[in-house]
Amino acid sequence: MSVSVEPTSVEPSQNHSAPANTGGAGSAGSGGSAPGTEAAQALRPHAEQAFAAELAALAAQDDRPRPARWKLSPWAVATYLLGGALPDGTVITPKYVGPRRIVEVAVTTLATDRALLLLGVPGTAKTWVSEHLAAAVSGDSTLLVQGTAGTPEEAIRYGWNYARLLAHGPSRDALVPSPVMRAMAQGMTARVEELTRIPADVQDTLITILSEKTLPIPELGEEVQAVRGFNLIATANDRDRGVNDLSSALRRRFNTVVLPLPETPEAEVDIVSRRVDQIGRSLDLPAAPDGIDEIRRVVTVFRELRDGVTTDGRTKLKSPSGTLSTAEAISVVTNGLALAAHFGDGVLRAGDVAAGILGAVVRDPAADRVVWQEYLETVVRERDGWKDFYRACREVTA
Amino acid sequence: MREGDGVAGNEGTEATEDRWPGAGPLLLGVRHHGPGSARAVRAALEAARPRAVLIEGPPEADALIPLALDEGMRPPVALLAHAVDEPGRSAFWPLAAFSPEWVALRWAMEHDVPARFIDLPAAHTLAWQRDDEDAPADAGEPEPGPGPGPGPGEDLTGVEDSPEEGAGEPSGRRRTPARAGAPAGPQTPAGPQAPGGPGAPHDSDAPAGPGTSGASGARPGSEVRVDPLAVLAETAGYDDPERWWEDVVEHRGSGAADPFAPFLALEEAMEALREAYGSGGHGRDLVREAHMRLKVRAARREFGDGVAVVCGAWHVPALRRKATVAADRALLKGLPKIKADLTWVPWTHRRLSRASGYGAGIDSPGWYAHLFAAPDRPVERWLTKVAGLLREEDRIVSSAHVIEAVRLAETLAAMRGRPLPGLSETTDAVRAVMCDGSDVPQALVHDRLVVGDVLGEVPDTAPAVPLQRDLARLQRRLRLKPEAQVRELELDLRKETDAERGRLLHRLRLLGVGWGEPAASRSGTGTFRETWRLRWEPELSVRVAEAGVWGTTVLAAATARAESDAVGAQTLAEVTALAEHCLLAGLSDALPVVMRVLADRAALDADVGHLAQALPALVRSLRYGDVRGTDTGALAGVAAGLAERVFVGLPTACAALDADAAEEMRRHVDAVHTAVGLLGDTLTAGHGDLRPRWHTVLRTLAERDTAPGVIRGRAVRLLLDDGAMEQDRAARLMGLALSPGTPPSDAAAWIEGFVGGGGGGMLLVHDERLLGLLDAWLTGVPAEAFTDVLPLLRRTFSAYEPGVRRTLGELVRRGPGQDGGPAGAQAAGAPGFGPGLDEERADAVAPVLRLLLGLDEAKAIAAGTATDGGAEANGIAAGTADTGAGAQGAAVGGTVRDGRARAVA
Repeated sequence: MSVSVEPTSVEPSQNHSAPANTGGAGSAGSGGSAPGTEAAQALRPHAEQAFAAELAALAAQDDRPRPARWKLSPWAVATYLLGGALPDGTVITPKYVGPRRIVEVAVTTLATDRALLLLGVPGTAKTWVSEHLAAAVSGDSTLLVQGTAGTPEEAIRYGWNYARLLAHGPSRDALVPSPVMRAMAQGMTARVEELTRIPADVQDTLITILSEKTLPIPELGEEVQAVRGFNLIATANDRDRGVNDLSSALRRRFNTVVLPLPETPEAEVDIVSRRVDQIGRSLDLPAAPDGIDEIRRVVTVFRELRDGVTTDGRTKLKSPSGTLSTAEAISVVTNGLALAAHFGDGVLRAGDVAAGILGAVVRDPAADRVVWQEYLETVVRERDGWKDFYRACREVTA
Repeated sequence: MREGDGVAGNEGTEATEDRWPGAGPLLLGVRHHGPGSARAVRAALEAARPRAVLIEGPPEADALIPLALDEGMRPPVALLAHAVDEPGRSAFWPLAAFSPEWVALRWAMEHDVPARFIDLPAAHTLAWQRDDEDAPADAGEPEPGPGPGPGPGEDLTGVEDSPEEGAGEPSGRRRTPARAGAPAGPQTPAGPQAPGGPGAPHDSDAPAGPGTSGASGARPGSEVRVDPLAVLAETAGYDDPERWWEDVVEHRGSGAADPFAPFLALEEAMEALREAYGSGGHGRDLVREAHMRLKVRAARREFGDGVAVVCGAWHVPALRRKATVAADRALLKGLPKIKADLTWVPWTHRRLSRASGYGAGIDSPGWYAHLFAAPDRPVERWLTKVAGLLREEDRIVSSAHVIEAVRLAETLAAMRGRPLPGLSETTDAVRAVMCDGSDVPQALVHDRLVVGDVLGEVPDTAPAVPLQRDLARLQRRLRLKPEAQVRELELDLRKETDAERGRLLHRLRLLGVGWGEPAASRSGTGTFRETWRLRWEPELSVRVAEAGVWGTTVLAAATARAESDAVGAQTLAEVTALAEHCLLAGLSDALPVVMRVLADRAALDADVGHLAQALPALVRSLRYGDVRGTDTGALAGVAAGLAERVFVGLPTACAALDADAAEEMRRHVDAVHTAVGLLGDTLTAGHGDLRPRWHTVLRTLAERDTAPGVIRGRAVRLLLDDGAMEQDRAARLMGLALSPGTPPSDAAAWIEGFVGGGGGGMLLVHDERLLGLLDAWLTGVPAEAFTDVLPLLRRTFSAYEPGVRRTLGELVRRGPGQDGGPAGAQAAGAPGFGPGLDEERADAVAPVLRLLLGLDEAKAIAAGTATDGGAEANGIAAGTADTGAGAQGAAVGGTVRDGRARAVA
């Protein structure tokens, strides 16, 4: 027998500790359209609040078949994420800039009964994509479990209100449902962030939920059965060391989509400078006039080392052990800006970013240093217009 | 639409049979290599039962058709046409099992129906190729002389890229469409892989392969070629013409009620296109089509209306068109012609795919073969196959995975609005469900299944491949007869013929034809000499036939093989060996590829030892190699890059080595030192001089305590020899290395590194300070450690010339105290010599010197008194006196020092 669980009212307002990579690279979400009044107060409105107008416009004009309890058809969800123009002229801003294929596979997965696992290095907009998917599919992106090393089983199944439990004994009233449980009962999309940080035994709680689509409550002799429309989006970081890798039993319940790093240098430069600009403003750093060239250089270095080949495709390189994600490029540039503002002449120069780059590249003192020096000597030294950068790097490397 | 039979010419149309769609010959427009087309062709032939089957292809191959039914014949195979006198000029028409042409051929054979090829003879297309070589674009495309010939340049487009093999990817992709129409085109000689040729024939527009493409005279000048499929696809709202074609034709399944309907629909579409675009910029198509019309007309005269024509869909409207015999003949008049020969050669799926640089190829031969072969449920069967492959590779893939993948593929297809999951949907599904989102297993699936490893076979009875002819010709020209008995061949590479023989043998070895094996030379070791042991074994003929897939001449085949080997090589050493081999074999065309691979490998190889090994060979080739016409700049760039990498990695690599590894590393250091010296002389501007940087590295090594003694010592020595380190500094470093705190074995190793090898002894002889340090250290070694370091020292010193050893013994016996000692402040004296001149001894030598040099007395005396002259004389005197001194030293024995000196020396 099924138990229906009340929606949010009991819960303390959703705890949205924004994960580190929220709104990170790859996301192109520029400010929403007309946030509601409630959302206007919030430091960071939910996707469904920030883009309410776009979602409504899509829903109004979406005449394709929708899976049970979906707010939009899969096609419209893909359009919401990738952007486009509707027949009536409404422009949908792109939320994710990246290969269309990836979004299509992700949306299609949600339409089947397999769960979706978004993998990627930090800063590839995993959380961002998952939030927008949930917002577009279920109209609610708040059914979220944040995975940490200390996430307990209760966060995924259910907990107890001990005062009630002691006073009245076990009953549905004493039960505190988890976001996953509520999503099952209502046929919504649940989200699990940083799945691989959750201890393995807690992860495995998901197996029953994903395969049997049911969550037994042995204390009450009841169960919650997932309603059609329920699905789960998990995100995980595939570069971190020391994560709890998924058991193959669990892995098999997921379709995996790997979110790539930005494809073109221009896209990445764009993301970095936009993000740096935002962060700089919040840190009250003075704007640096000629920063874009330096940013382009940082992005070039990062991309070349990451890809193991120079941008002209002529020379192969060794790759260092670090991830060198876009997010790291952002922090290198932000650091450089702070250096330039406080100790330099206010203009972002090669010397300001050199130390940051060295720190990002050389994670392993022996192997990475060789990689970096080889790069300096064989690529940077001979590149036109990079003399200052070469010198600056030589200084900090020596 | 199909009113008249254009082909009919003056003869009236004969009565049509009911099962034929319309009058005239049955025109089956296809896409070359399209499995859907192939299936449709089979169904149409079954339904129509024609009396003859005409196929787009070179008519010279008619005689080879019966071989198609041979048991030993297994597709993919290709028809290879080559100029008789010039095996390098060739063209391919590849046929896979799922090619409509192949299907038609087999159907005809199985039903005893005559089959004919009706395209323009290869004699003309090959001749066109030759003419085109003068044209700017180096296309292999034939261009018609006469007729509406477009300027040479323009219709080459299709082919243009094919010759540059590597380019394949991007350009191929863009050109996708091309493949569609053309039947295979002939491809340029560049070697099997390169040539793009063979386009597979695809249907519609022929432009693709050179072969096919015929002349189109049409559009003037700069007209861009039209890709009919792209136009149709765009009209249908698809952005990818391939995908449109797949949706509309290939994935349609075979069940249609009317086997002719698809052909009619396609013909209508093509007709509309050709009305709009004319020949679409494929100038030579017109000539080819004229030829096809004539052949069809002839066939109808012979067999009546019951003939079926299988050709690229693009040509169908042209074949249907009315044209007079005279007009067609006029088009064909005066075509250039060369003598051509045809044969079947084995082909591979890989070569059908564009990835191998086959400009007009198809992306996914494996997938097409699957679509063609699968009786039903192609997606389910495909994913099961994928699961099987992944399981073989030890990836856990259950049936549940397959089920989920099928569902995902189908849902994706529905979402993308496709009738059936295509390759892209199944690929996405495999990646998401079976590969955990990773591209690595996905790449495996692509390589093994989507492209596939299928290798065709050709019966032995097929005519000889051109490579054999080329070899026979070379053997005749160079007067090297294949003989069964072993024969030694001495080559003097300074003679042109011998040099060419050497190159031929090296090339054959590269091709796996081990006719000659290099042998040690009996007469001298001059670099201009090569000795070979020749023996022709019967199976070598088979090897030659196999090597035929690489190219049509020995040179082209060896080049293609070397390039392919380079790309496939696992280790850096393999590539360097290959590079040297290329130089020996004179394969200058392969060198750029080999060099590129070498640079890539070097960049990724983390073992400094490998890099250091590769460097000397490379520098040698750079300096001495006759890299005829190769861009030595590129070679130098690679060498410089290699050197830089060695510089960066060497200090780290020299830490924590045991004695053997250290000794090996010392050899690397020596080798790099020599190489850098050579490179410094040769290097072009832009790389700067490497020597100062090498010296910095050596200085780092010399002062790094973690580096083994032998390397530190060697580094100091090399710096000293180059004049890049002050003697004082060297002495200080030696003092540090030999100071009492250092374990004796380390110090001994340092000494070995420092004074080991040629010239080390003279260094000690001439710098008494160093000798003094050494001597002091040796004296101070505790007795129990002495026996440990003795072998090492003995190894070091026993390598010296006897004279040097004697001198050393003498110096040691004399002891440091005499003549002021090592630290003695002798401002004027050269290091290692006494402070003043021993006039007496100098004078004693003077007469002898005078005699030797033939100088007059005054000058000799002046020389004798001058400091330099004195030193010299002094040295000589010491040398002559030494014989006795050594003996004396030995005789005296007794003291610790002398005893040791003797033991060491």
